[in-house]
Amino acid sequence: MTSLFRPAIVLFVILSGVSGIVYPLVVTGIGQALFPRQANGSLILKDDKPIGSTLIGQSFTDPKYFWSRPSATTPQPYNGTGSSGSNLGPLNPALIDAIKPRIDALRAADPGNRAPIPVDLITASGSGLDPEESVAAADYQAGRVARARGLPAARVRALIAAHTEGRLLGVLGEPRVNVLELNLALDALK
Amino acid sequence: MTAASQILIIVFLAVGLLCVKPLGLYMANVMEGRPIWPLRVGAPIERWIYRLCGINPALEMGWKQYTLALLVFNTLGALMVYALQRLQLWLPLNPQHFANVAPDSAFNTAVSFITNTNWQGYSGESTMSYLSQMAGLAVQNFLSAATGIVVAIALIRGFARHGAEAIGNFWVDMTRSTLYVLLPLAALIAVLLLSQGVLQNFSAYKDVTTLETLEYQQPKVDAAGNPVKDAQGNPVMENVTTRTQTLPMGPIASQEAIKELGTNGGGFLNANSAHPYENPTALSNFIEMLAILLIPASLTYTFGRMVGDTRQGWAVLAAMTILFLVMVNVALVSEQTGNPLVGKLGVDQTVSALQPGGNMEGKEARFGIAASSLFATVTTGTSCGAVNSMHDSFTPLGGFVPLFNMMLGEVVFGGVGTGLYSMLIFAIVGVFIAGLMIGRTPEYLGKKIESFEMKMSSVAILVMPFIVLFGAAVGVSVAAGQAGVANPGAHGFSEILYAFVSASNNNGSAFGGISANTVFYNTALGLVMWLGRYWPIVAVMAIAGSLAAKKRVPVTSGTMVTYGPTFVVLLIGTVLLVGALTFVPALALGPIVEHLMLWGGSHG
Repeated sequence: MTSLFRPAIVLFVILSGVSGIVYPLVVTGIGQALFPRQANGSLILKDDKPIGSTLIGQSFTDPKYFWSRPSATTPQPYNGTGSSGSNLGPLNPALIDAIKPRIDALRAADPGNRAPIPVDLITASGSGLDPEESVAAADYQAGRVARARGLPAARVRALIAAHTEGRLLGVLGEPRVNVLELNLALDALK
Repeated sequence: MTAASQILIIVFLAVGLLCVKPLGLYMANVMEGRPIWPLRVGAPIERWIYRLCGINPALEMGWKQYTLALLVFNTLGALMVYALQRLQLWLPLNPQHFANVAPDSAFNTAVSFITNTNWQGYSGESTMSYLSQMAGLAVQNFLSAATGIVVAIALIRGFARHGAEAIGNFWVDMTRSTLYVLLPLAALIAVLLLSQGVLQNFSAYKDVTTLETLEYQQPKVDAAGNPVKDAQGNPVMENVTTRTQTLPMGPIASQEAIKELGTNGGGFLNANSAHPYENPTALSNFIEMLAILLIPASLTYTFGRMVGDTRQGWAVLAAMTILFLVMVNVALVSEQTGNPLVGKLGVDQTVSALQPGGNMEGKEARFGIAASSLFATVTTGTSCGAVNSMHDSFTPLGGFVPLFNMMLGEVVFGGVGTGLYSMLIFAIVGVFIAGLMIGRTPEYLGKKIESFEMKMSSVAILVMPFIVLFGAAVGVSVAAGQAGVANPGAHGFSEILYAFVSASNNNGSAFGGISANTVFYNTALGLVMWLGRYWPIVAVMAIAGSLAAKKRVPVTSGTMVTYGPTFVVLLIGTVLLVGALTFVPALALGPIVEHLMLWGGSHG
């Protein structure tokens, strides 16, 4: 058995070095050379200061912004260092208790809107950092946002359409809207 | 089920199955040491490695020595992962200054990563230094996958050789599977993922200034960092106002690639492949699912090639694919139907061109229902365990699918290597049962299946149900086990059952609400992962050794055909009977009763 020790130890050190040091460094080199924006977090800069990432959602509660999907991270929603879903089961009363206030808040902010609420707008995402929501979720909020900003509803809907990402090649993914990018575009409207 | 979701499944399977022959052939050539160009280029490196190790690559080992080398090598890995975690505060590449990991958690994680389980009791972005991740965990992502491959190859050689004492050289097999199969594929996948937005850097976490000011409450802590309690012992809350969001960073893409390719599943970040920095787009999701399927599916061709009859490999692949299609559709329909309790609240759960609808709790907008259900089936049919949605929040039947996939013993493509060798064990049992029924001597691939092979097959198959049911029984009986449960009722039972099924099968996914970073779960699941991995491996290696020594039985008109539809049906039947009947009572107490309650209205 002791004859196994030398090959075991030496091979372990070599394969660890190759797969644990050389490989990640090579990938880092390729990433920083070819895809520097993506490799460093897809940050959005304003006056050279980072104001968010296109890939990480933010919390919105102001009626003049589109609201993101609910986030189950703690202690605050959209906690970047604590990604997590709610892990609430379908029969857990806490799930319904969490959903009801979200419905109430959406209804209170837009009393005239009697349309059924799209399910992704009142359910917490898997990561708690979902940067996107369904087109239906954005459409549902279009009237409220338009009123709060004194904009024609058609203009807000056109902005949603311009920010809608469809299925890739008609197959992959779901039609969706990036909430932070949409809100930044709203703020940029004159 | 919608047309779009069916097209996704078909496209995914078609692309995956198209890779089977070329990759399977390549792996056969690599493991047989044929002079293809990558091996010719790598030959000087190989020679240098073998000289440093002091081994003669031409000298092959018997099954006992091979297994011993495997166990020693894997133990070294466990010691390394444990040491890195326990010392990370004093080691480089720890920009967030994370503390050393507690002993019980470090033990659990060490066993978890050497056994290809990647069960995670910890939260990556707030626990592990970059060094622990890449030099500890990611290394084991490679080496545990390579370990799976070499065991499968040893078993294949057992069938392919006759009258042979030896089944290969462990050091050579490990070196070749790592250098020629895993590393180049991982590098390719890592670059593809990088292009989609997966991180790859060594920066400290970045603060960004958010658009809106966020007000929230958090537990107040004193100067020493201990929570402040009021007179009644409740934690005192304080109001916080902030416009800062801290974003995690790190060398994620390199680890993400091998996490999927090696069917490991351990996320760099807590939310795993649901996290936009691990899995940012619909395309990255497709690449990750494909990476999980690639090697387990292709090894069936490697098998057929190396035993000299590719029809044998296609038959095994057909059985896997049929089981897969059934499972994915059960998950899909159930998740798309949604939650009736949510529907009652005036919420729109219907699928349309503008929304995925269905049960979106714990799912990401970019994946919706289809890509989440598909990922859940892929990750649990194989032994990957990465998740792009939270299985704990699935509907009862949607959550049944991952649970049942694992209970089948991870043979719906299965883990890297483990899937093939587990399926071949089922095939041995299948031909034995068929042989008994029709009164023929059971044979498989020209080898007589005798009492030693049957004993070892039973050992390999039965250890998993035993430790699952025993472990879950202890978990629900002791206070330390019950304390981890997050959801009430039948679902809480499912959380404990899922934890033990996942650990025993070296999957690593979870009904994630369970609080498993406790001394009880870290220890119990650590032991279960260890037994669930190495007990079957030793039995499989014993079978490999025994088969290699046997003579080949000539094919006669009395030989049972082990390809074609009849055999595929026999194989599926064996998997379902042997692998699943054991668990029907447990499933009835968990997802099945939960399904009846959800739709029967007894929830009040």
